[in-house]
Amino acid sequence: METYSLTVNGATREVEADPSTPILWVLRDHLDLSGTKFGCGIAQCGACTVHLNGVAVRSCQLPIAAVGDQEITTIEGLSENGDHPVQQAWLAHDVPQCGYCQAGQIMTAAAFLKENPNPTDQEIENAMHGNICRCGTYTRIKAAVKTASNS
Amino acid sequence: MLGFPWLASCEMSAEKVKALPKEWFELNGFLKIGDNGLVTIMSPNPEIGQNVKTSMPMIVAEELDALWDDVIVEQAPLNTAIFRRQLAGGSQSIRQGWESLRMAGATARHMLKEAAAKAWGVASNEISTDAGMLYHEATNKKASYGEMASAAAQIEVPESVALKDLKDFKIIGTSRKNVDGPKIVTGKPLFGLDYKKEGMLIAMIIHPPAFGMEFKDMNATAVEQMPGIKAVFTIKTVLDDYAKQWCDTDSFNEIAVVVGATTWQVMQAKKALEVQWVKASEKVEKIQGFGGNSFDAKVPSGLENTSDHEKKMAWMDTQKAKTVRKDGNPEAMFKKAATIIERTYTCPHLAHNTLEPMNFFADVTEDQATLVGPIQTPEAMEKSVAHRLGMPVEKIDIQMTRMGGGFGRRLYGHFLTEAAAISQEMKAPIKLIYTREDDMTQGSYRPAYRATYRAALDQENNLIAFHVKAGGVPESPLAANRFPAGALDHYLAETWEVESNISVGAFRAPRSNFIAGAEQAFLDEVAEATGKDPIQFRLDLLARAQSNPVGENNDYDAARYAGVLELVREKANWGDNDSGLHRGVAAYFCHNSYVANVLDMVVENGQPVVEKVYCAVDCGIVVNPDAAINLSEGGIVDGIGHALYSAMSFKEGVPQQQNFDTYRLIRHSEAPKKIQVDFVQNEIAPTGLGEPTFPPVIGALANALYRATGRRHYNQPFITDKPLVG
Repeated sequence: METYSLTVNGATREVEADPSTPILWVLRDHLDLSGTKFGCGIAQCGACTVHLNGVAVRSCQLPIAAVGDQEITTIEGLSENGDHPVQQAWLAHDVPQCGYCQAGQIMTAAAFLKENPNPTDQEIENAMHGNICRCGTYTRIKAAVKTASNS
Repeated sequence: MLGFPWLASCEMSAEKVKALPKEWFELNGFLKIGDNGLVTIMSPNPEIGQNVKTSMPMIVAEELDALWDDVIVEQAPLNTAIFRRQLAGGSQSIRQGWESLRMAGATARHMLKEAAAKAWGVASNEISTDAGMLYHEATNKKASYGEMASAAAQIEVPESVALKDLKDFKIIGTSRKNVDGPKIVTGKPLFGLDYKKEGMLIAMIIHPPAFGMEFKDMNATAVEQMPGIKAVFTIKTVLDDYAKQWCDTDSFNEIAVVVGATTWQVMQAKKALEVQWVKASEKVEKIQGFGGNSFDAKVPSGLENTSDHEKKMAWMDTQKAKTVRKDGNPEAMFKKAATIIERTYTCPHLAHNTLEPMNFFADVTEDQATLVGPIQTPEAMEKSVAHRLGMPVEKIDIQMTRMGGGFGRRLYGHFLTEAAAISQEMKAPIKLIYTREDDMTQGSYRPAYRATYRAALDQENNLIAFHVKAGGVPESPLAANRFPAGALDHYLAETWEVESNISVGAFRAPRSNFIAGAEQAFLDEVAEATGKDPIQFRLDLLARAQSNPVGENNDYDAARYAGVLELVREKANWGDNDSGLHRGVAAYFCHNSYVANVLDMVVENGQPVVEKVYCAVDCGIVVNPDAAINLSEGGIVDGIGHALYSAMSFKEGVPQQQNFDTYRLIRHSEAPKKIQVDFVQNEIAPTGLGEPTFPPVIGALANALYRATGRRHYNQPFITDKPLVG
C-alpha cells in the first residue's frame, strides 16, 4: 500500500492503494466516481475509458503507480453540466439502450474528435473499434459523433 | 432530431429542478402529483435497455392527460399487489401492462375531474383536461393538476373508468427521449455495480472451472492474510431440501467466496486461492412445477466436449425422433417427389455477455434482508432468497437498479441468493461482483442446435411436402405450429434432444434465435428451386394459410405476416435491384410481433459488408416510435453479430472462451452502415419488441451472403463456417 496524489477532474485526490491497482478501481472504490465502468478488465470492451492528459486510455490497464502527475478526466469531469458537444449529441440522437457502455463510448469519442474534428465514417468506426456496445447502438453512436463534429 | 432543443426535452428545466413541490399527493400506487403540477410516475418493470422506463410511464401520462415535460419517472419498488407483473422477459412488459397502465392514468384523471367538479359546483362530465390542466368551458374556470392534487387524493379511487380513444393520444405514438438519458451521459450511478452503502464489503466467488466438476477443498491460509481480505469460505447457493424455481438455474452449487475491503484486493486474492475440484457424479435436482408439484431433473455426470455434442447431434439426426406435428401424408409425397432438397443448419452455444457483469448488493441482518441490484425476476427471487436465508418473504426487500443489459441472463438470479448467503455469513453488507471470466464461464447459455429441413418438389418444381427435424443440446428449438405449418398440405415436424450438464437459459428470443434463420435460409433455397421470387414465394404460401389453412393450431396470423413482407418489399424497393447490392429477405413471427427484413450486402476489398438493413415491424400500436426504432436496430445488430462471429465451445467441460479476446462480439465497423425501421400502422394493442427483431435478420443475412458470395452458410458462426469472401 502506498499513498498517491492524483489529479482527477481538476482536483487533487489522495489515494492509499497497492501500486498495481488499476485506475478503474481507484475511481470506483476509492474516489466514489462510478461513471467509469467495468466490463472485462483486459482492455477489450472500452467501458473503462478515461482521459489521461486528454488522451483516451483504458483505465482497467492503467496502474495507479504509472499515473504520476498526469491529469485524469472521467465522464463526470468531461463537462460542468453535461453540456459537452458529444454529450449533447448523444442526447439529441437518443443513443443509449441499457447505457452501460456509453460513458466509455463518449470518452473515446470526445478524445478522438479533439484529434480529428472532421472525421469520415470509416475514421469514426476505426477510432471507436475498441468500444463494444452489447445493445447494438452503433449506428446511433456514429450519427452522434458526426453531429458532435459538426457543432 | 438535429437541432432539437435537448435541454428542454431531456432534462427538467432549471426552474423545475429548483422548484420541486412542497408536497406530493399520491393518487394511486403508480403516480403522485405535486402542488406545483409536477407528476411522479412509477415505472413498474425492471429496465434492461428496452426503455420501458420511458414507455410505461408514457402510457400512464397519456391517460392522465399530463404534460410529458412535467413528468418525473422513478423506478417502482417491488410490489406486485399494485404493479402486477414486474418482470423483464418474453417481450411482454408493454403488452401485459397496456391495460393496467392506462387505467392507472385514467382513474387518476377521473379523480382530478371529480375534485374540480366539487370545487366548482359543476358536473364532472362537463370538465375537460389537457396537458395537466382542468377546464370548465361554460364558466371559464380552469385549474392545474397541481392545484387540484390535494383534493383529488381524497377522492375514492374508482374501479375502472373509460379510456381515451386512440385518436386522442397526444403522448403515445410520439417519440420521447430516454428518461435516464442525461444521467447516463454524465456518468451518474445507475447500475447495480454502482450501488454503494457505507461499510459495504466486496465479495467474489470462484466456481468450478468445468461443468461436471464440483468443489472438493481449498487452502485459504495464505489468502486470508492478504491485504484487505476479511474472510474466505464456501457457500451453497441452494439448500439441499429446496425445489428450485425455473429462475434458480445455476450450474455450480458449492462455490468458494473471498470477501475483502476493495475490488482489486479481492481480485488478487481470488487469483491466489488454491482450490481443488473433483468430478461430480450424476445428480437429480428437484424443480418446482405447476400446481405445487415438483419433479426430478437429471444432471448428467461427465466432462463434455463441443466436438462430441456435434457428433451426437449429427447422429440424432439419423435416428427416429418425436413427431410433434403431421399434416397430410408427407412420407408418401417425399417418396414420389421429383426433387428433394435437404439442408442442415447448426449453431453453437452462446454466452449472454451483458456488458455489466453479474453483481448484487445484499445487507442481511437478523430482521431484514435488503437486496439491491440488476435482476429481471425480482418477484420470483424473493422466494428463493427467503428460503435460502431461512427468513419469511415479508422480510426480504429487493430493489431494482437499472441493468447494463439483460438478454435473458438476469432472469436467473442465483447471484441474489449467493449475495444474500454471503452477507448473512459475514453479518455485514456486501457487494458481490463477478469478473467477466466468472460470468462468461458460469453457464445459463443459449443451447447448441441443429435442424435438418427437407422439401419435396414435383416435376414442375412445385413444393409438395415439407419436413423439419430439429434438436439441440439439451433442447429442441422447434415451434412446430409456426409458418410454414398451416400453408402446406403435407408437413412433418420432429424433435429430439441430447442430454447435457452444461447449463442453459433463455437467450434473447429463445429457440427462435436459431430456428428462424435456419428456416428462412431454407425457404430461400426452395424459392430458388421453384423459380419464384423469395418474397412472392412466401406470400403465396401465406395466402394459402389465410384462405384455406391446413390444420387448426397455426400459431400466427397469416395476414399480418404477409403485411410485414409487403411493407419491407415496398420500403426496400425490392425488385428494383440494379444497384450492385446483394439482397436477402426473411420474416418471422415470435413473441407476438411480426418482423420482415431485407438485408443489402456489398463486397468491398473481397469482404462482404452489410450496407443496409430494412426492417418492417408489426407490433400493433407503437408507444414510443424512436425508442422502438432504437430497440429494433439493437435486435438487428445483435442477430447479425452473433450469427457472424460468436461462439462458446467446451473441452472437457471447460468453456474455451472466457473474455472478449477469445469470445468475439460485433463491433462498430461490422455493424450495418444503415438501418431503416418501418412500422405497420394499425390499432392493435401493443406487442413486444425486445426479441422479435433478432431472429429473422439472421435468415436475411444468410440469404444476402449467398447472393454476394455465391455460397450458402449453414453453420453459425458464419465467419468460422467458411471464409466470407466475395
